Amino acid sequence: MNVVEASGLGKRYGSTWALRECALAIPAGHVAALVGPNGAGKTTLLNLAVGLTAPTAGTVTVLGGRPAGSPAALDGIAFVAQNTPLYKNLSAADMLHLTRNLNRRFDQGYAQARLGELGIPLKQKAGNMSGGQQAQLALTLALARRPRLLVLDEPMAMLDPLARHDFMATVMTAVADDGVSVLLSSHVLAELERVADYLILMSRGTVQVAGDVDDLLACHRVLTGPAAEAGRHAEQLSVVHARHGAAQAHLLVRTSGAADPVPPGWEAHPVSLEELTLAYLREPGAAALPGPARARYAEPTEVTK
Amino acid sequence: MTTLTVPAQPGQDTSPRPVPWRRMAWVTWRQHRLALAGVAALFGVAAVYLLVTGVQMHHAYAAVAACRPAGSGTCRGVADNFLNTYAPGVGPVLGLLQVIPALIGAFAGATVLARELETGTFRYAWTQGFGRTRWTVAKLVPLAVTVTVAAGAFSVLVSWYVQPIFGAGDENGPLYPTIFDLRGVALAGWTLAAFAIGALAGILIRRVIPAMFATFAAWAGLAFVTGWFLRRHYEAPLVTTNPNFAAPAWVLSRVWTRGGQPASLSMINQTLRPIDVQAVTPGQFQPGPAARAGINPVNYLAQHGYALLTTYQPDSRFWPFQWIEGGWLLALSLLLLAATVWLVRRRAA
Repeated sequence: MNVVEASGLGKRYGSTWALRECALAIPAGHVAALVGPNGAGKTTLLNLAVGLTAPTAGTVTVLGGRPAGSPAALDGIAFVAQNTPLYKNLSAADMLHLTRNLNRRFDQGYAQARLGELGIPLKQKAGNMSGGQQAQLALTLALARRPRLLVLDEPMAMLDPLARHDFMATVMTAVADDGVSVLLSSHVLAELERVADYLILMSRGTVQVAGDVDDLLACHRVLTGPAAEAGRHAEQLSVVHARHGAAQAHLLVRTSGAADPVPPGWEAHPVSLEELTLAYLREPGAAALPGPARARYAEPTEVTK
Repeated sequence: MTTLTVPAQPGQDTSPRPVPWRRMAWVTWRQHRLALAGVAALFGVAAVYLLVTGVQMHHAYAAVAACRPAGSGTCRGVADNFLNTYAPGVGPVLGLLQVIPALIGAFAGATVLARELETGTFRYAWTQGFGRTRWTVAKLVPLAVTVTVAAGAFSVLVSWYVQPIFGAGDENGPLYPTIFDLRGVALAGWTLAAFAIGALAGILIRRVIPAMFATFAAWAGLAFVTGWFLRRHYEAPLVTTNPNFAAPAWVLSRVWTRGGQPASLSMINQTLRPIDVQAVTPGQFQPGPAARAGINPVNYLAQHGYALLTTYQPDSRFWPFQWIEGGWLLALSLLLLAATVWLVRRRAA
């Protein structure tokens, strides 16, 4: 089952396409990170997936084919929007009661226990809580709905490092305990690197890279060798990004596996997720779309597998 | 690819039973109880004022009602005395009460959606299992019904309050613009319409304060056009040439004519010169120093070939007009509310 599946998905605001020709299939059971610079279309994609926005073109379904925004989709997805909007004049207890009334399922015991652990008094108004507490309250409300897909839009943008850690700990506990699938966006990869096992890179309104993190790392490597030869080798390799020093060049390349030959005089190194991400973000023209998304991608570029 | 298998519950989750409507009752109450308290306070303060001054006025009116024989010169004097004392105070009160629907539309109607959109909480509310269309209906309908019923109850009090003024024969009857829309079904209709205007302004403008101002402006425009242009055409106005017409009615216009052509005030004054009377308006005459008593200028003009055309709506049309106004306001409100729900469904984020 795919928790999110999009094909030909596009969203236009006025004359600007916030998202174009998006093809995506995120399998269930992952913590999927949606990474890209500001304005890449991350929030647009998430809003489309949770049904807040209607697409201009194409389709998006969730949780195995349910149309985004349909009652069945809303029932199974919990969404925490950017800046975790809460009713500032309502207390934590009121927010719990509100969410309970608005959903078929609500685990009141879980929610109260979570808030107890976090030291958030039930009587405290949401508007008087710290940013970290508000984020935790919003997350608790979402998880108490017992969703099958948890969607988080820039959940940690406003949080200090400690609050970020606590927030992700709550998410990962839910993943371990309930097997909830997670899709979260961020413009900072660092905060997701430890937790994400599926990566979607976006830039300029298109999906650039999508795939299992282990698969992505396995099919990329960095080649280091004399700068003078770099140009010659680059023609034969799928170079994502080249970094030239005075004497040495570093080429981040796509390979079909560890068995690919290394040019004589060059060294191959495994790539880190951060290096990989940065390389693609620096080269918005490059794309790597394995899995179901690849088949639907209309115009493969030269570096598409 | 799949590293974790989510236990699927086929069939059960793909078409979930909707969350029951009654669950929204608490949500709507909790989130709008302040606005509803404001509506209650508004009507409460106005009601207390009307009751206190109204009881006083009814006491004074008892003497007018008890005067016998009714219609005699003495009784007319008692009634005029009553009107001179109380009518000048009633006018401004009725004027102030005019804005009640607009206040409700702005504070209770415009805030419902505009606040969600302005603070971003719609991203929370519209992604819950209840569903955004049902959420909108479950908020707008109970609030609309509540403010409409409250306004309907209040208009009964207004009718009681102004009853002595009509009873004493005030020149402004029940069809007069600033009293017509506070009685019968009109106040409820206007309150509902203002609420619906507010709701629509909220989803269109998406900001609380601008939506409130827009609601006020739209309501004011609609009320003005209705009161001064539209309402007089609900039924074809009646016309009389009786120069001393004095039946209870809403007089729309008085025009002097001569030989079928409208006569200007200067023409009339030319004719009136021999008796030294000036016409200030077609119905109002100012005698000069040389004016002779005993000559009625209206009759004098009639003798000189003039005819006074009075266009009016008789007071007996009060209820037909109420139903017409209430009817189209209800239809308009339902249309605006439907448009609001449709917009919530369609656009967002």
